[in-house]
Amino acid sequence: MSRRRVSPSLLPGFGPALGVTLLFLSLVVLAPLAALLATTLRGTPREFLAAVSTPRVVAAVRLSVLVSLGAAAVSALLGLLLGWVLVRYRFPGRRLLDTLVDLPFALPTAVAGITLTTLYAPTGWLGRPLAALGVPVAFTPLGIGVALVFLGLPFTVRTLQPVLASLDPEVEEAAASLGATRLETFRRVLLPELLPALLTGSTLAFARGLGEYGSVVFISGNMPMRTEIAPLLVMTKLEQYDVAGATALATLLLVASFLLLLVLNRLEAWAARAVR
Amino acid sequence: MSIEVRSVSKSFGSFLALDDVSLRVGDGELVALLGPSGGGKTSLLRIIAGLEEPDRGTVLFHGEDATRRDARERRVGFVFQHYALFRRMTVFENVAFGLRVKPRGERPSEADVKRRVGELLKLVQLDWLGDRLPSELSGGQRQRVALARALAVEPKVLLLDEPFGSLDARVRQELRRWLRRLHDEIRLTSLFVTHDQEEALEVADRVVLLDRGRVVQDGTPADLFEHPADPFVLDFLGSVNIFHGRVENGRAHLGPLSVAYPDAPHDGALPASGYARPWEIDLSRDLEGVEGFPATVRHVAAAGAVVRLELAPDDGTILKVEISRERFAELAPSPGDRLRVVPRNVRVFLGGPGQG
Amino acid sequence: MTAPRSREPRAVRLLLIGLALAAFALFLFVPLAAVFVEAFRDGARAWLAAVTEPDARHALKLTLLVAVIAVPVNAFFGLAAGWALGKFRFPGRSFVLTLVDLPFAVSPVVAGLVFVLLFGRTGFFGPWLADRGLEIVFALPGIVLATVFVTFPFVAREVVPLMQSQGTDEEEAARVLGAGFFTTFFRVTLPNVKWALLYGIVLCTARAVGEFGAVSVVSGHVRGETNTLPLHVETLYNEYAFQGAFAAASLLTFVALATMVAKAIVSRRAREEAP
Repeated sequence: MSRRRVSPSLLPGFGPALGVTLLFLSLVVLAPLAALLATTLRGTPREFLAAVSTPRVVAAVRLSVLVSLGAAAVSALLGLLLGWVLVRYRFPGRRLLDTLVDLPFALPTAVAGITLTTLYAPTGWLGRPLAALGVPVAFTPLGIGVALVFLGLPFTVRTLQPVLASLDPEVEEAAASLGATRLETFRRVLLPELLPALLTGSTLAFARGLGEYGSVVFISGNMPMRTEIAPLLVMTKLEQYDVAGATALATLLLVASFLLLLVLNRLEAWAARAVR
Repeated sequence: MSIEVRSVSKSFGSFLALDDVSLRVGDGELVALLGPSGGGKTSLLRIIAGLEEPDRGTVLFHGEDATRRDARERRVGFVFQHYALFRRMTVFENVAFGLRVKPRGERPSEADVKRRVGELLKLVQLDWLGDRLPSELSGGQRQRVALARALAVEPKVLLLDEPFGSLDARVRQELRRWLRRLHDEIRLTSLFVTHDQEEALEVADRVVLLDRGRVVQDGTPADLFEHPADPFVLDFLGSVNIFHGRVENGRAHLGPLSVAYPDAPHDGALPASGYARPWEIDLSRDLEGVEGFPATVRHVAAAGAVVRLELAPDDGTILKVEISRERFAELAPSPGDRLRVVPRNVRVFLGGPGQG
Repeated sequence: MTAPRSREPRAVRLLLIGLALAAFALFLFVPLAAVFVEAFRDGARAWLAAVTEPDARHALKLTLLVAVIAVPVNAFFGLAAGWALGKFRFPGRSFVLTLVDLPFAVSPVVAGLVFVLLFGRTGFFGPWLADRGLEIVFALPGIVLATVFVTFPFVAREVVPLMQSQGTDEEEAARVLGAGFFTTFFRVTLPNVKWALLYGIVLCTARAVGEFGAVSVVSGHVRGETNTLPLHVETLYNEYAFQGAFAAASLLTFVALATMVAKAIVSRRAREEAP
């Protein structure tokens, strides 16, 4: 074995730079998260289970997971459509639209929250016609879904775009020359190539949706058992001085985040291999 | 200034890149470090430059131990394989960099920097490209900028890592002759790494052949070519035909071939192989002769300075032969002809197939 | 630039473009327009009054202050991480990278909660801080900490992969030519990653200005004191002062638009200058 395990060993500044990195990481990220785990571990496992299995918590977690999943799927579909059109077609205003894709990412979530609520409320521009059709949006799970699709869209579009741009047109031409129809080519040649990016993007959207607070609190209406999402319940419990309850649910969310991050690492490695 | 490397070893994880390597580059010499890729050449160069630390062994500059000296203080000019030009600096600024980062006391004035960079760019024939960015240059031009940048700090030795590796064949040929002329002009102690034997043999005063982390042979190009130390060197330095067989009683019996081998006078048979270069083989129409063996012409490539033939002896092997155009005109061989193959020079090394 | 050859029938192409435009309109244009329509519902004068009232001015000032502290901290961290994680290989490197990404995945509410658990009245350091009359939670330090947490990966995420892909050749060349660490870093490494750094800073700033969930937990919502601009928006909205809420929201939307334009410009420049 080599004595030096850092390479290249002879560029200067590795020690201090790594020191600063780890120090910041510990102070800003790890110590606070450790405090969360430590608070949780103060209680017994039974207390933890009891705290996260009350009907209200279960309903909130189930709602968060289901709506985030649904929104991630819709984001993936819409992201595929928008990404495809932005990368493959040329039309007036394309650059402007391409820039606009980042809006949900750049817009503060509170602004998104009040705007979507105003739009989809029964008196709003979009809420009124939808309510007339018998589809209320604001203050229902559907409303939460709308907010999360809005939020997730940039993630799916932006992960798909580079992959769409890097697709080799010769592959499609080869498929066509072998007699495949356009739809078959899409389904059997393009879709498999896009799949890693599609999954990465929608996992990002799902992870973001699961923890989202600002853009959802306004539109959800926050009715316990019906439209109360998990992050909001953390907040509510904290405001009611139920620190143990808030901490338990927060720990659950943190573990989910960490697992999703590991999934994302795998997905990104897979996607990188697929692009190569 | 001379460079000396003594018993240097270096491993990366479980991979032994350099195994007890020693070599010397004399003052003003141009030496090639030749070997297959992965043979440890670049590691050795980086150790000499101070970019890598050896696990064991010492590096001496002008007889002084420099093993622990920082790369900054070694006054080594290093030309990187992919040039490593500063991508956001112009050609001028790239070359000027080494002068501008000198300690305040030694830093030349702006006028001196201008003059010096101008001279160097003229030396590498790029004086009209000073304002360009590296991305706007061709490969050969980048190569020369990298060289000018390395020379700017007036290094005591020059190290070049595969200096022509990423250039196309024509530019490469031109550039290596130019490098040789440049070296004759400035006489800077230089060591360059290459995996191309032609390049090493053509440019260098001396060639050090490295394989799997060890020095296999060290000598002048003629030395290496005429007296290869082992079958690896022989094979590496050019195309060669191999005949497998054995030696006993002072002779080597190598397939269809039998030659004298006085080094093994006893009767215990030892496995051995004979090697003959394509241009060390004669052909003749005289099928009744006693020397050599018959073979059938398979393929003739007559376009070029020499004519290349492929022949099939009766044992199922294929033989490569090169003959002059004059000889070709006399023989007029064509595919299917039976000819007599007479090797003029066969080098015999002990060891069976798969060795060396 | 020529249009890439697409071989969908014209009708399909038009249909897809039409659908995409509809999705753009519904999901992006309409909300954007709605912010400004609501903000100017009662006219420009009302808008001006809403954004210049003392609470709004204070919230704006606080928001900028937080960003001015958090962004340089994260830029500094990002560059240190870039050097350590981008230019060197060492055992545990990919694990550290995963940890750097962690705040991305953590819910903002959780991000706020952890600081309450550390520094809140009943938290780990709560009593110690209370004894000394120090306030972190429900005060500026808490808001800054929460903001640094949620924006933590932004610069590092842009800078580390780029430094990694650029390798160490140029730094080694500078070293051999006699340059020291600071010369090498500031004259060679930094110029090579400047667009990525700027890009990260733009994203980091946008998030720092707009962060809501995490800040909401630690701020305590004291009007005119610990309300940042996004919290000010929430407070007004919950008081049914819609016009005021949207007026403040329109300021944040300007920031978002500026961010998007800056992001587009920076990434275009980066692409153009990529050697």
